Amino acid sequence: MNANARQFQEAAQRVTGDLRQRQFIRTALGNYETARDLRKASFQSWESARQTAATTKWQAINHLDTHLQTLAANLEARGTKVHWAGNGAQAREIILGILRDKKARSIIKSKAMTSEEIHLNGALEQAGFEVMESDLGEFIVQLRHETPYHIVFPSMHLTRGQIRELFEKELGATSSDNPEELTMVARRVMRQKYITADIGFTGGNFAIAETGMISITENEGNSRLTAALPKTMVTLIGIEKVLPKLADLALFLPMLATAGAGQTLTCYNTMYGGPRQPGEADGPEEWHVVLLDNRRTELLADAGQRDALHCIRCGACLNVCPIFRNVGGHTYGTTYSGPIGSVITPHLRGLQDWKHLSNASSLCGACTEACPVKIDLHHHLLQNRRNAAVEKPAYWERLGYRIFGIIANDPFFWSLTKKLGRLGQPLHRLVKGATLDPAGAWTRTRDLPPLARVSFKEWWRNRS
Amino acid sequence: MTVTLFVPCFMDALFPQAGISMVHLLERLGHQVVCPEAIACCGQPPFNSGYWAEARSVAGPVLAALKDAEAVVIGSGSCGAMVKIFYPDLFAGTPQAALAAQVAARTWEFSDFLVTKLGVTELGARFPARVTFHDGCHGLRELGIKAAPRALLGKVRGLELIEMKEAETCCGFGGTFATKFPAISTAMGEGKCHSVLETGAEYLVSNDLSCLMHIHGLLSRQGRPLKILHLAEVLVQQ
Repeated sequence: MNANARQFQEAAQRVTGDLRQRQFIRTALGNYETARDLRKASFQSWESARQTAATTKWQAINHLDTHLQTLAANLEARGTKVHWAGNGAQAREIILGILRDKKARSIIKSKAMTSEEIHLNGALEQAGFEVMESDLGEFIVQLRHETPYHIVFPSMHLTRGQIRELFEKELGATSSDNPEELTMVARRVMRQKYITADIGFTGGNFAIAETGMISITENEGNSRLTAALPKTMVTLIGIEKVLPKLADLALFLPMLATAGAGQTLTCYNTMYGGPRQPGEADGPEEWHVVLLDNRRTELLADAGQRDALHCIRCGACLNVCPIFRNVGGHTYGTTYSGPIGSVITPHLRGLQDWKHLSNASSLCGACTEACPVKIDLHHHLLQNRRNAAVEKPAYWERLGYRIFGIIANDPFFWSLTKKLGRLGQPLHRLVKGATLDPAGAWTRTRDLPPLARVSFKEWWRNRS
Repeated sequence: MTVTLFVPCFMDALFPQAGISMVHLLERLGHQVVCPEAIACCGQPPFNSGYWAEARSVAGPVLAALKDAEAVVIGSGSCGAMVKIFYPDLFAGTPQAALAAQVAARTWEFSDFLVTKLGVTELGARFPARVTFHDGCHGLRELGIKAAPRALLGKVRGLELIEMKEAETCCGFGGTFATKFPAISTAMGEGKCHSVLETGAEYLVSNDLSCLMHIHGLLSRQGRPLKILHLAEVLVQQ
């Protein structure tokens, strides 16, 4: 077992033992499901909306090269500087280069999972820059020196009480547990930063090729302030976020809101088309858009699994996943957690290092059912398992299955196995649930049913 | 019709009564039942673990045994999905690809066979008890079976069906997953046990015994054994 797999097992053991957190997450995501179903019902047909979205993304990803060129040309036409980053290191260098060029000191940031993916905050701080997250949830996890717990709800694992204590300790602010009061504490700190920050950094939800626009969706308005107040704006976005046409947003914005948070529409939806144009009174003087590959093109080259690039990062698959609901987000040890994380992380960060995530699934398919763009998530988990076994089989496991193959469909061996099992079963009681128990992984928490005295096949044989 | 009954390995060894009930029910409906002696396992464990070559060595004899079957009936949504949905993938590009597709098309999960293929829901069953039904994920999402078992239970005299909360949530079994990730599997199962017990039902019924084995295993360890039955065992009661 590699270090990542061990970390996952240990964290899963710890979190599943924490009944309070399990209950907390289950309740929160149960409430999400109720809200989502209510919004879904306001679509004339959610299923045909999913089909349309999947087809649009299919078209976008299958012609990604053309759409990216159109996007870049249209962005540049209004004075935006477009940068192409092949990997995380290049993206960090590009962004650091912009900051140095602008002689910047402080950066205000709105939520961007791509920045988590390239570990941007650490790199910026190491280079002596001051960074502040302006999304409330991200602000909270930043104060705790944690990564986001969930791609849409970064601090959903914390109670109001914990947030109050955090603000008291880190910001010296006294407040009640009231969410509004807590928000006001964060706002007072952030407002100063919006005004003094040299750089406003954002992610992006969609990149519209046709018009050269980046669409950003948010509930707090922090992204608008981040983009509007500092003189320089930097946007980091994965290349798979491209949509061909502006009109596609008519479907994707309500779909993202519905699937992601059970909202009809997210509160603020903004389309950014360029830096301040001649004659305009506000907006950033410069806008840099960094397009991030970071092994997305390798996934694109895999015709069988490239639909994983359709993902709009709504988090719906995390919300319905019974594994996620029981182990929480941090257990995964990845930027992208839950089913989509288990599907793409082996592609983005190495199959052998992350294959355990694809095994950590009962393949129930709730994720695939929930995905608004119809990514075949749980079948991709199967495919990852297959790729991993082909590339580097676990010899003991393969041997086990070879022996199983001989026994299972051979009447003599199968019948012998059942007979030996019946003989062995009374002995098993002596070690049941103990360290010596060969079936310990099952019997530590579960009983095994007894083998039938007369199996079905024996009954059938006697009968005929 | 001649119905070829595929009794999965765990049903054969652990829960023979479910298979016996299916034989009785199909015969009562006037069909001839045959049971190939050679086959026990559909090959899902190696398949789900990524070992497709090994899975083919298990599934190959199954295909051969089912080659001439008029209709294949499997008393498990999970093994049913393996044959119906995954065999065509497993054998794609091999000489058995066409056969896999043919067998898949003629294979039915038990409740789906009764309701969809035979158009039968009334089996003259009587089972005066409060029952809750668990949908196995493979039957539910791979095969899309939700209504058929309920249509059958709805015709059972005296039976009161109480649906559980979060009925479509996985019980945490997942085959080898249950032993590779026992802590997660157990936590998922505990959630399911809670939903089951909350209904106050006397029996937990399903068309997938592997899930029932998991839920029952947990409850039994907690000293709260609940009676579990395969759908066929309910329908056979008169």
